[in-house]
Amino acid sequence: MASFFDIRARKAAAAANAGSSKAPASKQENNRLQPWVEKYRPKTLSDVTAQDHTITVLQRTLQASNLPHMLFYGPPGTGKTSTILALAKELYGPELIHSRVLELNASDERGISIVREKVKDFARQQLSNPPSGPAGIEYGKRYPMPPFKIIILDEADSMTQDAQSALRRTMETYSKITRFCLVCNYVTRIIDPLASRCSKFRFKSLDKSNAGQRLEEIAKLEGVPLGEGAVDALVKCSDGDLRKAITFLQSAARLVGALSSGKKDADAMDVDEPANEVTKETVEEIAGTIPDDTIDALLKAIQPRKNGSVYAPTAETVQNIVADGWSATQVLTQLYDKVIYDEKIADLKKGKIAMVFSETDKRLVDGADEHLAILDLVLRISSILSSG
Amino acid sequence: MALLVDKHRPRSLDALSYHPDLSERLKALAQSGDFPHLLVYGPSGAGKKTRIVATLKELYGPGVEKIKIDSRIFQTTSNRKLEFNIVASVYHLEITPSDVGNYDRVVIQDLLKEVAQTQQVDANAKQRFKVVVVNEADSLSRDAQAALRRTMEKYSPNLRLILLANSTANIIAPIRSRTLLVRVAAPSEEEICKVLTKVGKMEKFKEVEGLNKRIAKESGRNLRKALLMFEAVYAQNDNINERTPIPPPDWEALIAQIADEIIAERTPARLLQVRAKYYDLLSHCIPATMVLKTLTFKLIVKVDDELKGEVVKWSAYYEHRIRMGSKVIFHLEAFTAKFMGIYERHLMGMEF
Repeated sequence: MASFFDIRARKAAAAANAGSSKAPASKQENNRLQPWVEKYRPKTLSDVTAQDHTITVLQRTLQASNLPHMLFYGPPGTGKTSTILALAKELYGPELIHSRVLELNASDERGISIVREKVKDFARQQLSNPPSGPAGIEYGKRYPMPPFKIIILDEADSMTQDAQSALRRTMETYSKITRFCLVCNYVTRIIDPLASRCSKFRFKSLDKSNAGQRLEEIAKLEGVPLGEGAVDALVKCSDGDLRKAITFLQSAARLVGALSSGKKDADAMDVDEPANEVTKETVEEIAGTIPDDTIDALLKAIQPRKNGSVYAPTAETVQNIVADGWSATQVLTQLYDKVIYDEKIADLKKGKIAMVFSETDKRLVDGADEHLAILDLVLRISSILSSG
Repeated sequence: MALLVDKHRPRSLDALSYHPDLSERLKALAQSGDFPHLLVYGPSGAGKKTRIVATLKELYGPGVEKIKIDSRIFQTTSNRKLEFNIVASVYHLEITPSDVGNYDRVVIQDLLKEVAQTQQVDANAKQRFKVVVVNEADSLSRDAQAALRRTMEKYSPNLRLILLANSTANIIAPIRSRTLLVRVAAPSEEEICKVLTKVGKMEKFKEVEGLNKRIAKESGRNLRKALLMFEAVYAQNDNINERTPIPPPDWEALIAQIADEIIAERTPARLLQVRAKYYDLLSHCIPATMVLKTLTFKLIVKVDDELKGEVVKWSAYYEHRIRMGSKVIFHLEAFTAKFMGIYERHLMGMEF
């Protein structure tokens, strides 16, 4: 109990430990079935990839044992949820985290009634006691255990306006013993009164080197051989979304691993064959990316030509793309990248083409027929290219 | 007597005739014991379902083929009762949630939770998990898909999902990133030919190579359609040769007729006649999208190259409207009228 009152001593200990608190060698469950995304979730704040600015600020608050209400926003897979979970872990340690942290995400029911009951009930609960006895003293040295609870509202942008307004007063009333952390993708969907009560942290999209490094680390730990260009392909396919990249990596590893074990039974003769590595092609196949050849063929077909119409070759290419089962949205994205960055096309034409893309995208989202939509898209691009 | 399509459907992964890589992969996955959630997508008639059934057999053995149909009652929050059919074996369930329209979320939540919370009873079963096959996953509502999200992670020890879809466009990204995407491309024309020859041999049909090739071309790389056409040809004619006509399905013949009529005469009177035919098609449950699409491709071959782009443009435009609107006949007629207008102006040499 002594240490409970001796705040200063605890703070010093916490500060000393902040650097070395990576130590809790987590009992890594050797469960193959666990998604790697969960398995390699950062355990401490300093493990979080990139986001240096946010982490520095948070680490400082960790030492001061005081926290504002927080609002994390940024694109998916940049480590928002990981950061707040890591922070909670560092603050409370394994024993207190269950009684001091409430996590709600979009798959839980989160209407206004839940905010009124569950959130409010948790917010006004008394603080749970830290473990007592000599073990408790030891525990107190390791974790700061600040005198408040944390409520994490994950994917807060999918909460209704009403539910958000119901939070307003709750946040203030219980601010002595409860801190809120809202996590969302679009800060604009959070109503102003809530946003102004929180200090905001923006999470930026991961750049190539950071994400690549982390992926290589994981591949090494899992013993997955990576082929040349595989990491680049992973980063490219996932658009800075690390979670997606890790999931792709796991799927690829599963597929390659499963194939190799299956082959060994069939014929053990193929020893010379290079050990099955995750290659660029595997990754692209899993991500559903269309090979460049196919897109290039399509682009070639729509180029205006002197004799004959573009219709016949275009229609045939489109027919093949649809029959091969490529998803129309993917065609749209990849074609867009190619056309918009093509320097041979005049800017004015690009503007017109962009409008066609926008309209087609809307149609696809509404569930229009993919074949007609793509055919229409490429024919219109073709006519824009040939005009003027 | 079963149709050829059902009679000669391959029952195991080894019997599948094309995409050997894919079959090998599925087999390896089934044997590895670490079977992920799958999202299988591809055009219709490419063999998605056949592959899944074969994979299930690889997973559990012949027991999966003993299926029964259950009718279950679900209750919505507003106390409405929904009846829902489930195809089930001891090891797997197969559901088509789009049957219940807007209430698919209720069914998905209740059913999956129930399955997930019961352990596999049979001690001899090869796998500890049950598989739920979800048909037409691309028509699941957003809510239902969001409900799947957490379920997939939470209950993964007891439950594996196999989602079947025609395209991944309507599947939300979180689901896509949680599943292993498996693309089943349509068979090429040669592959269809091979299958036709094989089936023909087993049925002791006279083999005509030229006819097989024509059927493969006509089918638009849809194996199911090709087999149905193949059967129809042999059922209707005794003497088969290279030039035996392939009877198109009734509805396609009617649409071809419509196309001819539109091209021949472009007047309001003709529009009225065509309208009756549209109604005929719709009352026989031919989807409006299919009508419009078929009509477009029939019209396109008959018009000048300059017009083709324009026709496709308006076809896509009205197809979108069919999807968004409530009464399809308006849009079909509108497209017809639009086409008549474009065509007329083109003939008169006017700019459109």
